[in-house]
Amino acid sequence: MSAQAMTQTKRQGTGDVQTLMEIKDLRIWYRTTRGNAKAVDGVDLIIQRNEVFGLAGESGCGKTTLARGILGLTKLPGYVESGEAIYYRRISDSTSVGSDLLTMPAREIRQMRWRHIAYIPQGAMNVLSPVTRIEKQILDAIYEHSDMSKEAARARMFECLEMVGLEPTVARMYPHELSGGMKQRVTIAAAVSLKPGLIIADEPTTALDVNVQQVILQELKDIAKSMELTLIYVTHDMAVHAEMADRMGIMYSGVMVEVSPVIETFKEPLHPYTQGLLSSIPAIGGDRSRMMGIPGNAPSPLDWPSGCRFHPRCPKVMEICREQHPPLLEVTPGRLVACHLYPTPISGAAPTFEELK
Amino acid sequence: MTNPQDNTTVLDIQNVSKIYHVPTPGLERVYIAAVDQVSLALHEKPARIVSLVGESGSGKTTLARIMLGLTPPTHGEVLYRGKQVSELAKDGWWDFRRNVQPIFQDPFGIYNPFYRVDRALDMTIKNFNLAASKDEAFSLKAEALRAVDLRPEDVIGRYPHQLSGGQCQRVMLARTLLLRPKIIIADEPVSMIDVAVRMLFLNTLLDFRDKYNISSLMITHDLATAYYMGGPMLVLCFGRVVESGDIEQLLNKPSHPYTQQLLAAIPSPDPTKRWEERANVKITDRPLTHEGNKCVYVQRCPHAMSICSTKRPPQFMIEEGHYATCFLHQDHHPVREVAPRKS
Repeated sequence: MSAQAMTQTKRQGTGDVQTLMEIKDLRIWYRTTRGNAKAVDGVDLIIQRNEVFGLAGESGCGKTTLARGILGLTKLPGYVESGEAIYYRRISDSTSVGSDLLTMPAREIRQMRWRHIAYIPQGAMNVLSPVTRIEKQILDAIYEHSDMSKEAARARMFECLEMVGLEPTVARMYPHELSGGMKQRVTIAAAVSLKPGLIIADEPTTALDVNVQQVILQELKDIAKSMELTLIYVTHDMAVHAEMADRMGIMYSGVMVEVSPVIETFKEPLHPYTQGLLSSIPAIGGDRSRMMGIPGNAPSPLDWPSGCRFHPRCPKVMEICREQHPPLLEVTPGRLVACHLYPTPISGAAPTFEELK
Repeated sequence: MTNPQDNTTVLDIQNVSKIYHVPTPGLERVYIAAVDQVSLALHEKPARIVSLVGESGSGKTTLARIMLGLTPPTHGEVLYRGKQVSELAKDGWWDFRRNVQPIFQDPFGIYNPFYRVDRALDMTIKNFNLAASKDEAFSLKAEALRAVDLRPEDVIGRYPHQLSGGQCQRVMLARTLLLRPKIIIADEPVSMIDVAVRMLFLNTLLDFRDKYNISSLMITHDLATAYYMGGPMLVLCFGRVVESGDIEQLLNKPSHPYTQQLLAAIPSPDPTKRWEERANVKITDRPLTHEGNKCVYVQRCPHAMSICSTKRPPQFMIEEGHYATCFLHQDHHPVREVAPRKS
């Protein structure tokens, strides 16, 4: 990789080497005739190595734009307005080299994809070509992004199919011969084929039945643990996050409003939006009193509300919320919240890995 | 489910099946039963919300269409106040249309994008002669919108794309409310709207039950939603009702292996209670051929016995009002006595 395209940041110490990706003030906007739709508007996020990171939020909050953005898949009329997404490759036990995915030339980012970062897109059952056999679709991805020999690639393909619990005969089939769950497993097999360090899965089980969803989630988690890879899991389904994630980030209107370990998020949600979101999930066997949900509508990305973007719907709105946008601050070790209810002296300092654990 | 002659029964389907012919490359005729001998009744008083739960391809939507009179069943009867829906005369049909109202899955698909959303309300008022004057029509509309927790000024005059999915879906509820129907058949009404606003829709449906005595059939794939609504529940698997009963009974004592598996597979919104066991589900497609003489679940069932693939299980009564269609209960529980069919 060319030196100028890379933000060479040699990191010392054992703590920082755990950082896999650092997103700094990322803004991805869409040009429209009515102005810029600011789908992602100032996201700061640190992803650790070997964690399952859950990204939650309601539709239109920018989850998918963010996931595609950090892969350099933003397409016109979308563009990266500003920000960095630095991916750190580990080169030894104590050092890692970071490179900004957003400023990288197209040729280099092609090298990164699949080999380092794989993507399981939304509606993954529909991404397979209906006229191509499964084997060719997986092999093409392997050839395109690596220089494996034919035999090695085939062997790897069968290995991956087995990993997701598919018979080798599936390789010779066409997508229409498979059920939704099987197609989903094929996309997972393709995604892990080059042993990437990071997989971004965007709503991979949303259209599937609960039984199939359970099988796929368990497989995905096993693969993530056994291959020591990081998984960014995007879904609006909070129950899936409770099942899968180590840490989770809640997005609202293009910004992160809360980032914290999943157990604490569910036990004691801090941001009023998170509280609202959690109180709108009916739990089986739980209390059957009326749940309120969050009244009002998600704001339009063309015109975010002033100050805190949640203030028009917030039950705890204060005067300051209408005027000032709250920064994402660490309120207790490892927990970041963007809300004026929690002003803290620790300003913007990125939490260390020890704290995040 | 109770005595069909009961005059509070509004809509009653008895032993309804819908058989489709599946196109295959060969000469062989292959049939699939989308709905297989399902009986279900919806009553007027007391109003209740019946949940119908099943995975995709289990025949939920086909059943909804049969109950709405949109799809004629292959076998069995659909009775509206004791009369066959397919044989209703003009007046009876009009009455049926008015009292049995649908809510569909896609909140945007039902509106014409070129018309304002309140046209759906205007046309209803016009077609059913609900208002004598324009002013009266307007106040009717406003009242209906307020009843579903919408502010009329937010909705009237807007186009579908200007509203959120949740709002569109509630305008649809407002439309149904104008007619004060007896029954609402809601086919996956919340699966396409955001979690945060789902509750508003579900609460409106609960309000309809409590304030206006409207019974609903709530079709969903989400057991948690069904639990929130309460009331009786039917679990549908490959076209057959495998278990039915009050939702509390089903959750306390899931008796069909399919229901058990379904319950185990639901992720719980509590990160301290994660799945402990691996799913032992074989992901199989629905069996294509319609075989009446075995249990539909036999291919996936962890407790399959030899009798399961030779005989169709009857309904066994687990407790009062709670039935499971599974041979596992043949030694301990009596077979449900099916009322003789009316000729």
